[in-house]
Amino acid sequence: MSKTITIDGTNIPFEDGQTIMEAATAAGVYIPHLCHHPEYIPHGSCKLCTVKVNGRICSACTFPAMEGQDVLNNTKELTDDRRKITQMLFVEGNHFCPSCEKTGNCQLQAVAYHLNMLDDHFPLFYPNREVDASHADVMIDHNRCIFCTLCVRASQQKDGKNVFAISGRGINRHLIINSESGLLKDTDLDATDQAAHICPTGAILIKRTGYQVPIGERIYDHQEIDQVSLETEHLQHGE
Amino acid sequence: MANKIRVATTSLAGCFGCHMSFLDIDERMLQLAEAVEFDRSPITDIEHCTNCDIGLIEGGVCNSENVHVLREFRKNCKILVAVGACAINGGLPAMRNFIPLEECLNEAYLDGIGVENAQIPSDPELPLLLDKVRPIHEVVKIDYFLPGCPPSADVFWKFLTDLLDGREPSLPYELVHYD
Amino acid sequence: MKQFIQDLAETNGSQPTHLLQILRGVQSRYHYIPEAAIEQIAELLNISRTQIISVVEFYSFFHLTPRGQYELLISDSITDHMLGKHSITDYLSEKLNVAVGEVRHDGLVSLDNTSCTGMCDQGPAGLVNGYALTRLDRPRIDQIADLINHQKPLDLWPSELFQVADNIIKPGLLLNQPVNHGSSLQAAFARGLQETLTEIDKSGLRGRGGAGYNTAWKWHLCYEGPEENAFCDVATHGQPQRYVICNADEGEPGTFKDRVLLNSFAHQVFEGMTLCAAIIGAQQGFLYLRAEYLHLYEKLQSVLAERRSSGLLGDNILEKGLNFDIEICLGAGAYICGEESALIESLEGKMGIPRNRPPYPVTEGYLGKPTVVNNVETFMAAASIAVNGGDWFAGVGTEKSKGAKILSICGDCPRPGIYEYPFGTSIQSVLNDCGASDVLGVQIGGPSGTFISNKEFDRKLAFEDLATGGSFIVFNSSRNILDIVNNFTHFFAHESCGFCTPCRVGTSLLKKQLDKIIDGHGSAGDVVALEELCKLIKNHSHCGLGQTAANPVLTTLQRYPELYQSRLKEISYEPGFDLDGALETARRMAKRNDSGAHLAQVEEEL
Repeated sequence: MSKTITIDGTNIPFEDGQTIMEAATAAGVYIPHLCHHPEYIPHGSCKLCTVKVNGRICSACTFPAMEGQDVLNNTKELTDDRRKITQMLFVEGNHFCPSCEKTGNCQLQAVAYHLNMLDDHFPLFYPNREVDASHADVMIDHNRCIFCTLCVRASQQKDGKNVFAISGRGINRHLIINSESGLLKDTDLDATDQAAHICPTGAILIKRTGYQVPIGERIYDHQEIDQVSLETEHLQHGE
Repeated sequence: MANKIRVATTSLAGCFGCHMSFLDIDERMLQLAEAVEFDRSPITDIEHCTNCDIGLIEGGVCNSENVHVLREFRKNCKILVAVGACAINGGLPAMRNFIPLEECLNEAYLDGIGVENAQIPSDPELPLLLDKVRPIHEVVKIDYFLPGCPPSADVFWKFLTDLLDGREPSLPYELVHYD
Repeated sequence: MKQFIQDLAETNGSQPTHLLQILRGVQSRYHYIPEAAIEQIAELLNISRTQIISVVEFYSFFHLTPRGQYELLISDSITDHMLGKHSITDYLSEKLNVAVGEVRHDGLVSLDNTSCTGMCDQGPAGLVNGYALTRLDRPRIDQIADLINHQKPLDLWPSELFQVADNIIKPGLLLNQPVNHGSSLQAAFARGLQETLTEIDKSGLRGRGGAGYNTAWKWHLCYEGPEENAFCDVATHGQPQRYVICNADEGEPGTFKDRVLLNSFAHQVFEGMTLCAAIIGAQQGFLYLRAEYLHLYEKLQSVLAERRSSGLLGDNILEKGLNFDIEICLGAGAYICGEESALIESLEGKMGIPRNRPPYPVTEGYLGKPTVVNNVETFMAAASIAVNGGDWFAGVGTEKSKGAKILSICGDCPRPGIYEYPFGTSIQSVLNDCGASDVLGVQIGGPSGTFISNKEFDRKLAFEDLATGGSFIVFNSSRNILDIVNNFTHFFAHESCGFCTPCRVGTSLLKKQLDKIIDGHGSAGDVVALEELCKLIKNHSHCGLGQTAANPVLTTLQRYPELYQSRLKEISYEPGFDLDGALETARRMAKRNDSGAHLAQVEEEL
């Protein structure tokens, strides 16, 4: 008999050491997330994967699955809260989708679509952030960074480099680049690195690949992020 | 005629793309015309709002005139709707927010290449620019939001028919787009 | 500079864990962290420059651009405000010809605000190059301005400027009978270590930082902790590694009891740590001292030296085979480091970002090893319990809150200072003792705690009623509650570490929304929006900071809804920004001032 938890009333098997997110994904249950990626150590910062475990709010991506857990995931209350958390991510940065190459392939946007986010709800911050186009093949638009640290983790954990870091405190948090000049061109980042491709938003883009797929024919133009996510991450979280 | 729903529309700091998209409902416009009549709108050339049921606002707020128009709509429309990316988050015009207004005006009217008779326009007839372009929900209360750049014709149709049929308006997944 | 940094790194064993200590040295010498220093330290410690930059940008007392040779900071606690902080700062700014947040053109002096420096009983307070200044008034500021303008070195400044009083007004269970040096350890060894842990268990001692976790359980869990964690590298160490950390990052505005305990009862605190080490099997302890208490550093070092020379610290303590020593590590200005896992990160030389839990520090703490983190007062109490027994302690207090609690009382009362009360004491009797009159309300447990109104003074100090880490701020009826809430809300937005979305963005949004209402720009829906935002931050934040950041608004909104409502206009909506102000640049450039060049904040009714 394998151990189980329940998510929204359905029995979900898990193995010791799995997080709620891992058990859910392996069983085909989508929990919204942005900073989580099955190939990297969970970070637990975006808080989109907030679930209620026996009445207590937890991050599914970091909280271990344990016998006896009754998990609430797909409830109106959680969807409403997740939508507001997504709106927070939108207002703190500068997310002008119509002018962003990532539109249609962007996970931040796709999660917002999934949560039926129709407006920003909060006042916008319009922070003044830079674009770093110094690198020959990769550009960074800091306006779109949501501090998920996936590029930081990918560079360290997959590429064996250490190109990115998050610095600063509170609302002044920002992505920094590991070079004396602080510019991307002076790092050992290659366009083929995982770190250059993992960004869930349009903050890190590969140059000269823009608009190869027309708007309207992109990933989330046809498929909702829950299906896409389960299809791509299911195997990584499965056996 | 008396029972028709009155709709007003305007474009503030926008490109009229949302209005063009609205017209893309094509032949459904005839169906709509049976239930709706237009008040102030670029379609009618009526200059000021009277009492309306629905106001559709395209574009963000970039100058003092936008504020006056938006207030006129808020005052006269029972339901005020932010239509499109610019109305919702400032959109492309808001990308000037990262350049100080002084620099924008200097570049446009004083120092820019090809500027002749350099001077900052000061005619009292002209609206003054706000230091930042704002989404309309930061200036007046907004009841509904239709995202998209522009929202597709189907979005307009779905939203208006929901309202006309007495349903709480909602947009299914395939109609929600920010681009 | 090269040699200076090289020496500094060597003094710190070239350990990446000591990054904060090294950066403190650089900041203190150069008044900023130069780029060249970052490169050199990265090389010497074999860490990335980004780790160093992120640490510099995280902590308030490090700077990437030069501050003045005299770095002046003024405490921004609500109590400092109540003691005239605002006019004092203005005066200082005028006298020294430097604006708040700026460096004077000659680079001699910089002036800024800083979060509560823990001198609420003797404010308005400040810091000069990290050293505490108290009781600031105009004569003192004249004096300070003179000293700075004449470039007098800090060690030649008159000592009364730096005088910090203990102000122990009402000692109780612990403060009345401090233990003799070594007697706790002797008692513990005589009784047996396991038996002593049983006594601590019997005492019912709970953590004094505010959260109230059972101390004996914590020690027991750390002792029991999974062996694979406890064992470091058996080949080289041959025995389990466990750590004892004393949390002296007393950052909750309005608290200063740890400052007093460390000033006058440091032996007993260290003895409590040593006792813990004996029980859980630790060899290394740390006192994480908040940077604002730099003035205590030397004195604490000499206490440690004294204990080493009397066989109470070091190798073979009391000849019982116990090897344990304590290192003092200073913080660098970050409230969040009071959270135990953030504190551990900071001790490891990183940004103070709270970890995901589980695992908890008792199983995976400092450098991944089982670690006990306790408050200063908890260690002090444990040392007393080892001598006097569990029943002695448990005989005082309530069913769920045993013993006594040391309070830092400040605000509107004639006798601010340190008071110790058995748990279960009513707020009214505390107010009577400190002489407070005409009381509007009391902030219990600091900004992250609860504001209670004058209808609730029969409530009790206890974990089951009003829990507090020690902060007790009295407000009389001349105070404006919204000013208080505003100060606290800005504090949290400033101190949020920025790790999780709800706290990073939420505390800034909360600040904006509250400002809008307080400034009179709120309308019908704005209080509802405020409350909604509060709940979101409270429910979804990663750690205690975010989970309590909305408490000032929530606890006062619950008690004084009419206060918030009265600020609202009876209109459907008003912009949260200054509309007419937004036209200022355009107006100036177009040289216009006609009526069309202005906008009313709210449309005039026609």
